[in-house]
Amino acid sequence: MTTGPPADAARSSAVRNSLGVGLAVGVYGVAFGAASVAAGLSVLQTSLLSLLAFTGGTQFAVVGVVAGGGTVAAALGSGLLLASRNTLYAMRLAPLLRVRGLGRLVAAHGTIDESTAMAIGQRSPELARVAFWWTFAGVFAFWNLSTVLGAVGTSALGDPNRFGLDAVIPAAFLALLAPRLRTGAIERRVALGGAAIAVALIPLTPPGVPVLASCAALLLAATIRGGPP
Amino acid sequence: MSRWTLVITTIIGCYLLKLAGYLVPARALDHPRMRRLVELLPVALLAALVVVEALANGRRLQFDGPRLAGFAAAALAVWRRAPFLVVVVLAGVTAALLRLA
Repeated sequence: MTTGPPADAARSSAVRNSLGVGLAVGVYGVAFGAASVAAGLSVLQTSLLSLLAFTGGTQFAVVGVVAGGGTVAAALGSGLLLASRNTLYAMRLAPLLRVRGLGRLVAAHGTIDESTAMAIGQRSPELARVAFWWTFAGVFAFWNLSTVLGAVGTSALGDPNRFGLDAVIPAAFLALLAPRLRTGAIERRVALGGAAIAVALIPLTPPGVPVLASCAALLLAATIRGGPP
Repeated sequence: MSRWTLVITTIIGCYLLKLAGYLVPARALDHPRMRRLVELLPVALLAALVVVEALANGRRLQFDGPRLAGFAAAALAVWRRAPFLVVVVLAGVTAALLRLA
């Protein structure tokens, strides 16, 4: 086990990077607050989603279906399917974080894209724990603050599309997707398949269904022999 | 009220999905094909969300100039590996400026 100045430097670098991620995600929180209120949710409902659901992609997916006039079932279906990746993250984090009892209940809440990515990118389990908790803290603080700003601002200023919100949302999803596309050809085929299914179904099915149906693109992957991940 | 039903079930569902990962034995992911499918699920969903958010207006396909221009600017930034912050701000500013013009 290493201690001393290098360990301290690694530790403070992990803290700095974690807070930086939180700040960047904060801007996206403004967009969520605005999109949610524009979709017809109240400021309270919007803020509760950020505080308690606390998983951005899912929150956007849910309010997107509401905005399009989709059903509760379709909104919940695409939202929770997207949230299921957090289960996978938790399974990877569990042996690193080694949390029990109350700590585990809190760690579960903070298990999201950013905290997982920051934690598993560290050199030691000790740094992984530092990165996880600081990223969780940074993203949680900025995400919730900015959600309220976006929600209240939209209530006051009106149509957020004047500020380009309708371009921000697909751009943010693309930014979340891009690192996965760079990992392999199967990823790119599944993404193309999912996108093609969604485009084809937009005019044919109620809002929310095109996103749910995109999972059929996984059949592409299922036919390909699973090599080492 | 169905909006509240949606908000509350989303909150409960999201938390239980996160917690489940800490409670199930890691063995559940031992099967490589199972793990691969779980990894690929968000790829399909995110790709669908990109096109739906870029092209749909309810049940209609809509090719809105400023929205698509903002998205194209962001796509270029993503391709050049710009930070997340740059990508979303560029999308919003591009679309907003075109609407002013």
